[in-house]
Amino acid sequence: MSDWSELDAFLETDPADVGCDEAMRILHVYVELVVSGEDAAARYPGVASHLRQCGPCGEDFEGLLALVTDPPPEGVGRRLRKKLRGGR
Amino acid sequence: MAGATPEPGLDTESAGWVRRLQARGNDRESAVRDLHDLLQRGARREVRRRCAGTGVSGRELVDLATQAADDATYAVLAKVAQFRGESRFTTWAYRFVVLEVSRKVGRHFWRQPRAELTEEDWNRLPDALGAPPDHVAEVRELSRAVRRAVDDLTDHQRRIFEGAVLQGISLDALAVRYDTTRNALYKTLYDARRKIRASLVAEGYLGDEPSKEVRAHE
Ligand SMILES: [Zn+2]
Repeated sequence: MSDWSELDAFLETDPADVGCDEAMRILHVYVELVVSGEDAAARYPGVASHLRQCGPCGEDFEGLLALVTDPPPEGVGRRLRKKLRGGR
Repeated sequence: MAGATPEPGLDTESAGWVRRLQARGNDRESAVRDLHDLLQRGARREVRRRCAGTGVSGRELVDLATQAADDATYAVLAKVAQFRGESRFTTWAYRFVVLEVSRKVGRHFWRQPRAELTEEDWNRLPDALGAPPDHVAEVRELSRAVRRAVDDLTDHQRRIFEGAVLQGISLDALAVRYDTTRNALYKTLYDARRKIRASLVAEGYLGDEPSKEVRAHE
């Protein structure tokens, strides 16, 4: 018998799966839990399940995670203007 | 100062953003510029990440990022009063930019799906389903079983399954095509997957228990 685990995983549906809207609604909260090393999946199992199964939402998760983990730096010009303004 | 007092419990930086964005006059203007700048940088990074290897580059890439940053800025400004500090402000704001980039890139790559699927599309099924390449006869048999299961779906489920799985059209692009949302299409696909799996189990191709997969995002 062949290994159909990929097909099986693709067809697998989890009743706990919260769907796209709910997953995207709390994506920022979920991402910060992941970044801080907490067990985000245990806290929000329905979101974890959704991000595993939904390609586009999984991609959005990866995108936000990347921005939060390694935020794009400010340009030199902007840093200078901020300084002149006396901002942080 | 105009505007509501920021939620208690916000970190200093987040509270600063909320206060400045809800101020008036020059303070607000400079805060909006800073916000747009933040989101512009986020959008560029995210567009580059998503478009890596797609051939989209240069002007096109900058345009996508600028549109996403503009729309995300409007969205944040419209919702800043609802920010409750469940995360840092910048994480919350970046979420808008990621969702805008996602939507725009999805639409950008939207191809008009052909009305009818060809035999060639169906021949891609084993690939689309991740079938191991070394069991030709079995793969063919399973493909036929999947095809029978797909034929038993409702028309809508079948159209979405074919578009998303066989033609590889993104859910966001399909949402434009069918004038609906990613969420609604995901539910349609969810039901389709469940039905197809049940049918493959009934025919003895798959076991009753879903195989426990490697858990990503945990
Ligand atoms: Zn989703």
